[in-house]
Amino acid sequence: MYKVNVGKRILSANEEYALKNSQLLTEQKKLCLNMISSPGSGKTTILARTISDLKDKIKIGVIEGDIQTEIDAERIRATKAPAIQINTDGACHLSAAQVNSALENLPINDLDLIFIENVGNLVCPSAFELGETGKIAVLSVAEGDDKPAKYPSIFSKSKAMLINKIDLLGAGVQIDFDIERVKTDARKLNKGIEIFPISAKTGEGMADWCDWLRKEVKKLRA
Amino acid sequence: MHETMVAESLLVTISTEAAKQNAKPVIARISCGTLNAINDEVLRFAFEAITKGTLCEGMKLEIEHKPMQGQCKNCNEIFKIDLSCLKCSKCGSEDFKLLPDAPLLLEEIEFQTEQ
Repeated sequence: MYKVNVGKRILSANEEYALKNSQLLTEQKKLCLNMISSPGSGKTTILARTISDLKDKIKIGVIEGDIQTEIDAERIRATKAPAIQINTDGACHLSAAQVNSALENLPINDLDLIFIENVGNLVCPSAFELGETGKIAVLSVAEGDDKPAKYPSIFSKSKAMLINKIDLLGAGVQIDFDIERVKTDARKLNKGIEIFPISAKTGEGMADWCDWLRKEVKKLRA
Repeated sequence: MHETMVAESLLVTISTEAAKQNAKPVIARISCGTLNAINDEVLRFAFEAITKGTLCEGMKLEIEHKPMQGQCKNCNEIFKIDLSCLKCSKCGSEDFKLLPDAPLLLEEIEFQTEQ
C-alpha cells in the first residue's frame, strides 16, 4: 500500500460553476438571492408578493428548484415575472451547474434581481454554493422557534432571515413561537443577519423587506 | 441526502487519481467541517451504491470531522464551538466571531501496491 496526497476540494466541480455564476452576476451587477427553507414555509408566496409589491421599482426574475412539477414557476409567471423551472428529479438541492444553465435562459440583462428558490430542505441546499450574492433563510412560525438552534448551517450562512406567517401569531391559533428566541439564536451564530418578520399573506412587514431589497440592488450599482 | 452528490464527486476525483497512478484505490481519507452536514453512514452507503462495478468498489472511507471554531472578541481565544453552549470556553464571553468552517476535502488516497 502507498499513499497519495490529494488535498482536493470534493465539491470543486460544483464550486467551479458557482464561480462562473458569481462572475457573471458581478460583471452584470445583478443581485442574486438564494432562498432556503423547509417545504411549506411560503417561499413561493413570498416571491409572488415581493414581485407584485416591487413591480414598478425593480425587475425580478426567478429560478425555481423543485423535485418535480412546474407548479411554482407557473405561480411566478402569473405575476408576469420571468421564471425558469428546474426539476431535480429527486435531488434535495440545486447545483451550481443547474443554476448556470437557468441563468442562460433568463433575460438577465432586463433584470435587477434574480431569486433562486431552492428545493424545500433546511439542510442540503446550504452545503452547495450556487454563486449567489447571498442566502436568505425562510422560517415560518408553525415550524417552531428552535430551528436556528437545530439547523445552524443555514442560519449562520444567511445574509437575511424572513420569519413568515406572523399573522398566525395573532390569529388566536395555539402556536408556541417565541420570535425573540429565534432572533437571539440566529444572531448568536450570525451577528450581522438581517431579520424580517413578515406575512406574505396579509402583507405585514413586507415593506421593510422590500426596502432592504431595493437598498441591496442600489448598493451593487454604486 | 446531499451525500449522494458528494459521493459522485468523490468517485470522479478518485477515479482520475487512480488512472494517473494506474493502481487500485483502497482507502480514501476525507475531512469536513460541521456546516458541510455530512452524515458518515449516509455518505458510506451512497458511495458503496454508486461505486458498484467501478475500480472504487469496496473502498473504505475514513471521515474526519473538524469542529466549528470561534474567536472570542473579549480575550482572543480560539475555541471549539459547542452548539448547546455558545460562549468562549476560556472567559465565557458570548461576543465571538465564527471562523470559516473547514471545507470538504479529499485529503489522501491509499493505493494497493502491484503484486
